[in-house]
Amino acid sequence: MTTLRIPRGAVLPLLFAGILALGVLLPLLMMVTISLNPNEQDIMVSMGSIRSFIPQVFSLENYVQVWTDPVHPFPRYLWNTLLITGSTLLLSILFNSMAAFVLAQGTLKVRKLVMILILATLAVPGESLVLPQLMLASWAGLIDSYQVQIIPGVANAMSIFLFYQFFSRLPKELIEAARIDGFSFFQIYRYVAMPLSKPVISAIAVLQFLEIWNAYLWPVMVTRGPEYRPLSVAMSAYFGTNQAAWGNIMAFAVSMAIPVILFFLIMQRQFIASVMSSGVKG
Amino acid sequence: MSIKSRSQRQELAMLLPAVIFLIALIVVPFALSIWFSFTDQRLVPRPIPTKVIGFTNYLRMFDDPLFWQAIWNTVLFALLVVPFQLAISLGAALILNAAIPFRSVFRAIAILPLLLPMTVIVAIWAVLFRIPNGPLNAAYQWFAGSGNYVDWIGNPSTAMVSIVVLSAWATFPYQMLIYLAGLQDIPQDLYEAAKLDGAKSWQRFRYVTWPGLRNVNIFLLIITTIGALKLFTQVNILTKGGPNGATTTIIQYLFQQGYATQKVGYASAVAVFFFLAVTAIALLQRRFLKNEGEA
Repeated sequence: MTTLRIPRGAVLPLLFAGILALGVLLPLLMMVTISLNPNEQDIMVSMGSIRSFIPQVFSLENYVQVWTDPVHPFPRYLWNTLLITGSTLLLSILFNSMAAFVLAQGTLKVRKLVMILILATLAVPGESLVLPQLMLASWAGLIDSYQVQIIPGVANAMSIFLFYQFFSRLPKELIEAARIDGFSFFQIYRYVAMPLSKPVISAIAVLQFLEIWNAYLWPVMVTRGPEYRPLSVAMSAYFGTNQAAWGNIMAFAVSMAIPVILFFLIMQRQFIASVMSSGVKG
Repeated sequence: MSIKSRSQRQELAMLLPAVIFLIALIVVPFALSIWFSFTDQRLVPRPIPTKVIGFTNYLRMFDDPLFWQAIWNTVLFALLVVPFQLAISLGAALILNAAIPFRSVFRAIAILPLLLPMTVIVAIWAVLFRIPNGPLNAAYQWFAGSGNYVDWIGNPSTAMVSIVVLSAWATFPYQMLIYLAGLQDIPQDLYEAAKLDGAKSWQRFRYVTWPGLRNVNIFLLIITTIGALKLFTQVNILTKGGPNGATTTIIQYLFQQGYATQKVGYASAVAVFFFLAVTAIALLQRRFLKNEGEA
């Protein structure tokens, strides 16, 4: 058996890495441990002791309660969130990439003006627009619906900008060759540009996925009840009305975290690349 | 019909959806919020028609002590969380950039908080902060003796610091990943040359790593500050801006005034102020830091 050799210079960094990992993992371990304990009284008593970090019992009772609670229908919330996230991503990638392709490779005169509009909107913090957006939504009769949660994410100046950067670097000869072959402008976009832009699409999808999955201020204002409410708002409502039931709250939290972690495991490489690239070129 | 005009009509059809949405969702609301800020607009229509009231909302806003408290709290939060979080992120990036065993496992672990929705993180930290026997108080009792505890989020003097720690934990991996990318962009031969010159490890950090991260630092300083000025979710769920307004931030104040008490006109004045303040701070940081680099 070979022993694990640690290079001399790596001992201290390894120690720090261990501390960092503990700092991240301990709170998560606590979340899982409490979620597996069906005895609320025991949770209260053992809170703060080592027993709230290392599972003593492995019961799924809290999970069953959370998933079958008729007042807070978890499956419905999950469905709402998945539907809103999926539709937003689909429409956003379609609309923003089309617009970006026109801006990067088109011939229209208005492109300059649109580019200025996009750069200007990048500077406006979304939070300062929520009240007029709320008024518009209520005038349009969209309060408490899926549309009201999907539409605001559809046009995204940031993703137009990222697509634009990618499309403007496409080789001119490639576009020209397609044009000579008789491709229309839309066909060049559809059959030449889009198949090449998988890395950009996944980077934008990952960034926007996190944004939508985390959205809170807007969905709090435009949803009224469980019917259209997403998980993030449901979690805070559940948290507010079940203050003492920590086992259930933590089971809710774990159930909500798992889809994101699965998504991360599938997209790990693109995820890290997209966060990194969102910064370096800024 | 010429080929040219057909192709241009295609371009227009591809450009329009995104442009229409941007106008409807950003340009129109932006204009509306400026307009509302000069009126007594309410969220739910009233029998009396909405009136233009000039600068009344702005004057009332500058007269409200809670508004100034919200500004101070937001500035305080930014001043505390930006250096704290950037230091943690840079430290973590340096550790995870070193040649250590299981590096990719450690990296995957360090990214976890970024994946968890903020509402989940708030629930976890509500347990950590619990009185009298949550894990943080258990640790505190280890030093201060049993029977003592701190009401981390219920005490005005510790509430903001608690929100700072929670927020840094929740979002540091984002800055860490960007620092990691920045570290990998520093040419390796600079380190080799410094080593040959006999530079110790902290000297290599001071004279190679730190200058090499200059652009990354500027970028992170700006986006972390802007992010900090938007603080809302954690505060709204965990403290509702309390205790005694100690954690009321500008966005929480805007939410209370515009949504909870439905004074859209008044809250729009707050929103316009917020937009101007964020833009001014971003421009100032950019100009100030750019000039320093060019000198």
